[in-house]
Amino acid sequence: MKRLTAAFVATLLVLPVLADSPATSPAIKPGSAFLSPELKTLQADEAANPGMLWVENGARLWSERIGSANRSCADCHGDAAASMKGVATTYPKVDAASGKLLNLEMRINACRTSQQRAEPLDYESEPLLALTVFVARQSLNMPMAVQVDGAAAPFYSKGKEFFHRRQGQLNLSCAQCHDGAAGARLRADVISNGAVTGYPAYRLEWQTLGSLHRRLRACSLGVRATQFDYGSEEYLSLELYLAKRSGGLPIETPGIRK
Amino acid sequence: MDLSRREFVVGLGALAVATALPLPALAITTPEQRDAAIREATKGAEIKPGRVTLGIPQVAENGLSVFTTVTVESPMTEQDHVRAIHLISEKNPLPRIVSFQLGPRVGRAKVSTNIRLANSQRVLAIAEMSDGSFWSDEKSVIVSIGACIDGG
Amino acid sequence: MALAIARVAMPATARKGDVIEIKALMRHVMEPGYRVDNRGQIIPRDIVKSLSVMYAGAEVFRMDMHPAVAANPFVVFSTVAVETGELVFTWVDEKGAATVEKKLLTVTE
Repeated sequence: MKRLTAAFVATLLVLPVLADSPATSPAIKPGSAFLSPELKTLQADEAANPGMLWVENGARLWSERIGSANRSCADCHGDAAASMKGVATTYPKVDAASGKLLNLEMRINACRTSQQRAEPLDYESEPLLALTVFVARQSLNMPMAVQVDGAAAPFYSKGKEFFHRRQGQLNLSCAQCHDGAAGARLRADVISNGAVTGYPAYRLEWQTLGSLHRRLRACSLGVRATQFDYGSEEYLSLELYLAKRSGGLPIETPGIRK
Repeated sequence: MDLSRREFVVGLGALAVATALPLPALAITTPEQRDAAIREATKGAEIKPGRVTLGIPQVAENGLSVFTTVTVESPMTEQDHVRAIHLISEKNPLPRIVSFQLGPRVGRAKVSTNIRLANSQRVLAIAEMSDGSFWSDEKSVIVSIGACIDGG
Repeated sequence: MALAIARVAMPATARKGDVIEIKALMRHVMEPGYRVDNRGQIIPRDIVKSLSVMYAGAEVFRMDMHPAVAANPFVVFSTVAVETGELVFTWVDEKGAATVEKKLLTVTE
């Protein structure tokens, strides 16, 4: 393990010296800006983007009556294109009643349990991915605009701290790569800014659609740091910070990523 | 082709594989198996380079999905058309990738799909014409290794 | 609840003789038979074997797939608009299970 770690660190020597200071973020670029022309085209082409298969499923599930309340999303929310327009741009957000920070997945589950009286769905399950990507898709091209003041403030500063904290065997912070070295090559990848406007995304590595938390777990593994649970406080706060960082960038869900 | 870069990437690939989940040793097509696959597609007929253009990136960002287009010069008439297009791999576990059956009703001799390439390798596109002739194009593709390989 | 597992994009109308472009996408893992699961077991091969497209009484296009076709197989091809009718897309996997999608093409003179 040590030998492999040393070898990995050696590969990082090809990178420019990484800044350590948690400076204010420069204007960041969306994930699609780091794609090759072929993958950019694939993402933009509704007929070719595999993520659209899940969007279609989400549309069908939207009208499905479930739970002991025998209620569908449509029964309360009607046509998603109208009712869900803009919603994804505001998540994660604090739920006023409970004081908890909810991302889109948790918001969907909250509706399932309280309104439909159905079981909550697991992360990466087919129906949760489908519903999340379908809802997010209704905000296509709208700018990310989350609130980070008031009740959201403590979550936001927790997320900001996480982003700037050195972690794991490689003792790297998110900021060092995604601020300090964005645009540089790491192995054959180009380091992105870590914007989150394409999630849930179809990642070629997964050969399927996956959530942001799945991607964050892969990031943590990549720097040999603790992988937190799906829906963990750590990743949720980070998600809020990342969403704020992505402020102004258009939603491009489902993104194609490598 | 920048050999030193390819070696660097392949070396890093070994590191990536070592640090990811254990994989069984993947078979790699031998030259004999590749030739056999080509013969199967062409029934041993002579293949001439030309008339076919294999559109494939020089560097594939991820070997799991490489967008590939094959275009063949052909009027696609009843008298003169492309009957079939085959894609053959040099270093995948299996040499055959995909085959397309066309014909005059296709109208245009152009097909695209996403393929998997297990290693940096040459990809061969063969077109069978209605007059029984075979034509080809071959391209080298570097398959790059991503940085944040998912553990699951 | 039937889940969407195929998407076909093509024009709804065309003039007779036009060459129309068709994009067909199918949801399928295309498991090659080399991957290993968490317990170290080989995940068995499970791929779509073929896509056949019927139109105006003939198979106008066919794609025979091997494990090196990427997951969620996608293809772009074309066909000549000959007459108004249904294009029938049939994907068959190696176990013989078929997925069918139909699209009507209206052809004007």
